[in-house]
Amino acid sequence: MGEPSEAEMSDWRDGVFAALKAAEIRQVGYVPDAGHARLIELCRDHPKIRAVALTSEEEGVALLAGAWLGGQRGALLMQSSGVGNCINMLSMTKTCRFPLTMLVTMRGEWAEFNPWQVPMGSRTQAALELCDVLVYRVQRAEEAAETVAAALDIAVNGDLATAVLLSQRLLGAKRWVK
Amino acid sequence: MISSEPRLDRRTAIRVLLENRGNLLLVTGLGSTTWDAASVADDELNFYLWGAMGAAAMVGLGLAIARPDRRVLVVTGDGEMLMGLGSLATIGVQRPPNLAIAVFDNGHYGETGMQASHTAAGVGLTGIARACGFEQAFDIADEPELREFSAHVDKGAATLFACIAVHADEPPRVLPPRDGVLLKNRFRRATGAET
Repeated sequence: MGEPSEAEMSDWRDGVFAALKAAEIRQVGYVPDAGHARLIELCRDHPKIRAVALTSEEEGVALLAGAWLGGQRGALLMQSSGVGNCINMLSMTKTCRFPLTMLVTMRGEWAEFNPWQVPMGSRTQAALELCDVLVYRVQRAEEAAETVAAALDIAVNGDLATAVLLSQRLLGAKRWVK
Repeated sequence: MISSEPRLDRRTAIRVLLENRGNLLLVTGLGSTTWDAASVADDELNFYLWGAMGAAAMVGLGLAIARPDRRVLVVTGDGEMLMGLGSLATIGVQRPPNLAIAVFDNGHYGETGMQASHTAAGVGLTGIARACGFEQAFDIADEPELREFSAHVDKGAATLFACIAVHADEPPRVLPPRDGVLLKNRFRRATGAET
């Protein structure tokens, strides 16, 4: 790989990655996702971070509970559709007060091409809040890093579950080959 | 699965696995394996799941990655493992050498009235584990085999899977603490994750 371009250096995703590093995140669970692709790649390449590919998002809730039991902090990367898969696992997060931070790329809320994404995408925040997860929304690139840092902070300091919803407007609508 | 096949008593099986456990970290699944572990002794190094069905193996994975210096044993039931089957694929990719998963397979959902599980209809968890990348996966139905597996767990040299055939009975319940915050905090204190 060559040197990253100036545009890449200033990408908000690098800021989010810097926030993960500053919070000493050691395990990152993820389901492959276009919106998180760069962040996943950065995590996979970092020697101090164990990036764990999951078959389904709820596995990540359990993974990070185990990580915390073992003294490591984690973050869980997913698309909004994955939030629905996590609901019952979040009962463990709440009952045991495990710190948890989910970074969620949104689908189904902005110029969405695929109507099948809309039911979960339009209810992602409500579903998380029903499960007592604190939700922070990021609409603009310059808010992303500090919001992720704040969500990671309060999760660990308060033994709480937090989610940062990265809006589809920020990510850009998915381009489709017609 | 045929009823005439040899099977172990589940409370004997858990005793064998936890004999001389040393500082082994134990994760149990909802629900009979949690009572089994408590029947041996409540221990600060036990993390019992009282819910979150399907989570046990993944909690074990996160713990094993975080603590490469410790052996981690997950003991769960066939129904709980079936609900988290994808986690076998995830663990098969990661393969931490200090993680062992032991499924007590009685072919039934003990907590909901002993309805037959998929394993009773022939679904083989050991074959699934092998196909997911566990190089050491065993079907176990007697005590000598179980002791051999337990010796492997002690070594902590490879990611292990065992499907242990146990009788579909319901020994008296022994209930450990169910306060999740207490279980979490005492585990972290006992392992030095929290002072």
